[in-house]
Amino acid sequence: MSKLQSKIPEGILADKWQNHKDSVKLVNPVSRSSLDIIVVGTGLSGASAASTLAELGYNVKAFCFHDSPRRAHSVAAQGGINAAKNYKNDGDSVYRLFIDIIKGGDYRAREANVYRAAEISNQSIDHLVAAGVPFTREYSGYPDNISFGGVQVSRTFYAQGQTGQQCLLGAYSGLNRQIAQGRVIMYNRRDMLELVVVDGQARGIITRNLVNGEIERHSAHAVVLATGGYGTIYYLSTLAVGSNATAVWAAHRKGALFSNPGFMQIHPTSIPQLNEYQGKLILMSESLRNDGRIWVPRTKGDKRHPDEIKEEERDYYLERRYPAFGNLVPRDVASRAAKERCDAGYGAGDSGQSVYLDFSKAIEKQGRKVIEKKYRNLFEMYEKITGVNPFNEPMRIYPAGHYTMGGLWVDYNLMTTIPGLFAIGESNFSDHGANRLGAGSLMQCAGDGYFILPVTIGDYLAGEIKTPRLHTDTREFEKAEKAAREKLLRLVAVNGRQTVTSFHKRLGRIMWDMCGMVRNEENLKKAMKMIKELKEMFWRDVRVPGTVNELNQELEKAVKVADFFDLGFLMCQDALDRKESCGAHFREESQTSDGEAQRIDSDFSYVACWEYRGDGEKHDLNKEELRFENVKMQKRSYK
Amino acid sequence: MFMDFLDWTQLFNMEINLRIWRQKDADNQGGFVDYYLRNVAEEMSFLEMLDFLNRTLIENGDEPVAFEHDCREGICGSCSMYINGRPNGPVDNVTTCELRMTSFRNGDSIVIEPWRAKSFPVIKDLVVDRSAFDKIIQAGGFISVNAGTAPGANSISISKRISEEAFDAAECIGCGACVAACKNSSAMLFVSAKVSHLALLPQGQSEARNRARSMVEKMEELGFGSCSNTGACEIECPRGISLTHIARLNREFLKDSLKS
Repeated sequence: MSKLQSKIPEGILADKWQNHKDSVKLVNPVSRSSLDIIVVGTGLSGASAASTLAELGYNVKAFCFHDSPRRAHSVAAQGGINAAKNYKNDGDSVYRLFIDIIKGGDYRAREANVYRAAEISNQSIDHLVAAGVPFTREYSGYPDNISFGGVQVSRTFYAQGQTGQQCLLGAYSGLNRQIAQGRVIMYNRRDMLELVVVDGQARGIITRNLVNGEIERHSAHAVVLATGGYGTIYYLSTLAVGSNATAVWAAHRKGALFSNPGFMQIHPTSIPQLNEYQGKLILMSESLRNDGRIWVPRTKGDKRHPDEIKEEERDYYLERRYPAFGNLVPRDVASRAAKERCDAGYGAGDSGQSVYLDFSKAIEKQGRKVIEKKYRNLFEMYEKITGVNPFNEPMRIYPAGHYTMGGLWVDYNLMTTIPGLFAIGESNFSDHGANRLGAGSLMQCAGDGYFILPVTIGDYLAGEIKTPRLHTDTREFEKAEKAAREKLLRLVAVNGRQTVTSFHKRLGRIMWDMCGMVRNEENLKKAMKMIKELKEMFWRDVRVPGTVNELNQELEKAVKVADFFDLGFLMCQDALDRKESCGAHFREESQTSDGEAQRIDSDFSYVACWEYRGDGEKHDLNKEELRFENVKMQKRSYK
Repeated sequence: MFMDFLDWTQLFNMEINLRIWRQKDADNQGGFVDYYLRNVAEEMSFLEMLDFLNRTLIENGDEPVAFEHDCREGICGSCSMYINGRPNGPVDNVTTCELRMTSFRNGDSIVIEPWRAKSFPVIKDLVVDRSAFDKIIQAGGFISVNAGTAPGANSISISKRISEEAFDAAECIGCGACVAACKNSSAMLFVSAKVSHLALLPQGQSEARNRARSMVEKMEELGFGSCSNTGACEIECPRGISLTHIARLNREFLKDSLKS
C-alpha cells in the first residue's frame, strides 16, 4: 500500500534522529507567526506540544474537555518516568533502554521510533526538572532513580507516587505561561466531534462547547491530536471515566489509518470490582510487586480467610511459573497468570475473581517501618476503599484495562495518513509495540510534545507558509458541522428507555470477556455479532434526556459510547486477524505447550493498519512490515 | 476484614434522603430539590451513589444531576461538592470521589451544594466555573524556561528536605475546596501552594518575588476575598496543604514590597 511510508531516515540507528533534524525543512520565525496549529488534548503530550510550539512562535489553539487543562488523565500516572541517564552507574544506556522497550513490546514496534524515544528521554528529564517538577531526591540532593517494571537497571525518575501529576503540572504551567502571553488560545470544556479535511489536508476541527452546546468551527494549518487512550471501552478500567476515542475516531472516519487497535494493556494490580454500581477501578501501583508476593489457595474454591490458609496451602504461582522474574514479570504476563488461576477456580474472595498480594514476608524481613515508608500512601488508599488494612491482611487485586498501545498510525514525523494531521502520546501507536513497560508512557508523552513534534511539524509547515489563514465559511466546514449537529440531534431523538451507561456496561462486558486478556476466534466472532446487535439496539432504544443546547453530560457520554461500538468492533477484527500471540494480545490458538504466548514472526511481523470504508462496512487491512536491523528477535521469556 | 464474608443482598439496604441544589444554568435561579433514595449499598462510593440516583432519574424521565468528576481516585481535582456543610463531606482530607457511603448511616439526610464562592459561578446544578484558578496560574505560576534550554537534571543539588517541602506544596490538585471552605472565599492557600512550590526550588527563585505579587494581585482582581487566617482551608484541603505556605507567600510578598 503506497499510503504507508514510514519515512524512517537513512543511516545507522543511533544517528537517524540527528540526521533527520539536520535535514528537515525549517520555518523561519517570521513565517511561524502566520501559521496556526490546533492541539486537541492537554495531557502531558498535548500541553507540552502546545507550549513548545508557542515558544517557537506559532499561533496555537488548544482544546480540552475538562474545565481546566490541568485535569487530563496524565495526572493519574503514579509510578514514574524512564530516562537513560545512567545516574546509578549500573550499565544503563540509550541502547539498553531501546532494547528493553523493543523486547517489552514483543518486537511489534518500529525500531527507529523506539530508539528516538529512548534517546530523547534524557532531554525530557532535564526540561521537566528545569520547569520545577519536584522529583524525589536522594540525601545527596540529586534525583533518585528506582528499578521499575521488571528491568535490570534503575532508570525511573519519580515524584513520590504522583509522577504523572507533577509532570503534567509542569507542562500545564508552561502552557499557562504561553496563554498569558497570548501565544496559545485555550478552549476549555470543548469536545472535538469532527475533523475538517480540505483537498486532502487536515485544516480544522468542529467542536461542541460543553457549557452551552454551541457547535464551533476552528481552522488551522495543521491539527495535532493528543487525546490519550480508550481503555474505558471496557467500561470498568483504571482510566478516568471521561477518557474516550471520539477525536481519534473522527480522524479515522476521515481517512487516518488506525493501527493495532486490539493491543490493549491490562494492568495486573487493580482493586477488584466491589459492587455492581462501580464506575471505575482503582489502580494499585506496580511498585507494590517489588515487595508483595502474589498467591492463591492451592485448593479449588477455598473460601477460608487468608489467615487460615497455611503457607503450604498457598500457590505462589508467579514464583512457581517464572522463577527468574517471579512477582516482577511484565504486566501482560502477570495479568494472564492471574486470570488463568481465577478461571480455573482458584481465585480468592467470595467472587473468586481476585488474587492475594501479600506483604507479610516483606514486613517480617524488612520491618514494618521500611514497608510503611515505601507504601504508606498506597496502603492507606487501599484501606480507605476496601476497609482492609494491608499490614494485617493481604490485599486482593485483579487485572483491569489500562493502556492502549494501539492508536492512529503515524510516520517517523508523527504524522498520520492525512497530511497535516499529527498524533502524539497515547493516541498514536508508535512506541510500545504489543505491550508497554512501566514508566514508558510519561516518557513518550514528554518526548513527543517537547522535542519531536516541534521539529517534525516544521517539515510539514514549511510547505504551508504561503497558505493564508483559512476561512471557516467553506463547504467542507459546513459539511462537517452539519454531520456533527445531525449526530447529536439523532442521539437525543431516539428517546428510548435504556440509559447510555447501561449500554456502555454491556459493551464493556463483551469486550472484557472476549477481547480482553485472552482471545480466540470463536469468541471474537461472537463478540462482533453481539456488538453489532447492541449498537442497533442503542440507536433504537437509548435515552438521552435534555437537549443539545445546554450542558448535557448524558449527551456527552452518548457520543463517546456511540463511537465505542465501532471501535470495539474494529478491536475484535484486529484481534481476529492477528492469529499469533504477542505482548498483551494472547490468542489461545497460539500458545506453547506450557501455556506461554507463541509469537509467529514469519506471518505477523507487521503493524496492522485499518482503513475506514464507511459506517457498517468492513475495514480494509494495510500492513507496515516491521524490519529489525539492530536487534535479534528473541522469544520473550521470563522463566 | 468483613469484605470476604459479606452477603451482597443485605448490603443494598441503605435508605437516604438527599437535598440537592438544582440550577438549570448560570442565568436561572437555583433551588434545593429533595430525593428519597432506596437500595443504596454501603460499598458504593459517594459518586456511585449519585450515579445510581441519576440512573433512577433518567429511567423516570427526569433530568439527571450534573456534577463534575473524572479520575475518581482523588488526583484530577474535578469533583467539587459541598456536603452537609463541608467541602467534600464529613471525612477529613478526602475529595468527594474518595468519600464512601460507609461514612453515612441508614436513614441519613445529605445536603449537597456546589462550591459557594463569587469567583466560582454556578454553570449548572453542582458544576461551577473554576477557570479563575487557571488565570491565577497564568499570572505567574510557572518557571520561564523554554524547551531545549535546560541544563542537566543533576546539575543542581536540592536538599531532600527542600525538595520534599516543594513537593508537598506542589501536591495541590486545584479543586477549590480551600475557597469553598473560606468565609471570605479567599484563594490564598491555592496561590501560596504554587508560590511556595516554585520559590523553594532554586530553578524558580529568580522569578519568586514578582510571582508572589502578580498572583496575589490577580487573585484580588478576580474577586477572591482576602485571608484572615482562620485556617479553615487547611482543614478542608483534601491533600492536606499546610498553612505554612501562606506564611511563605507573605514573606515573598513582603520582600517584593521592601524592594519596591
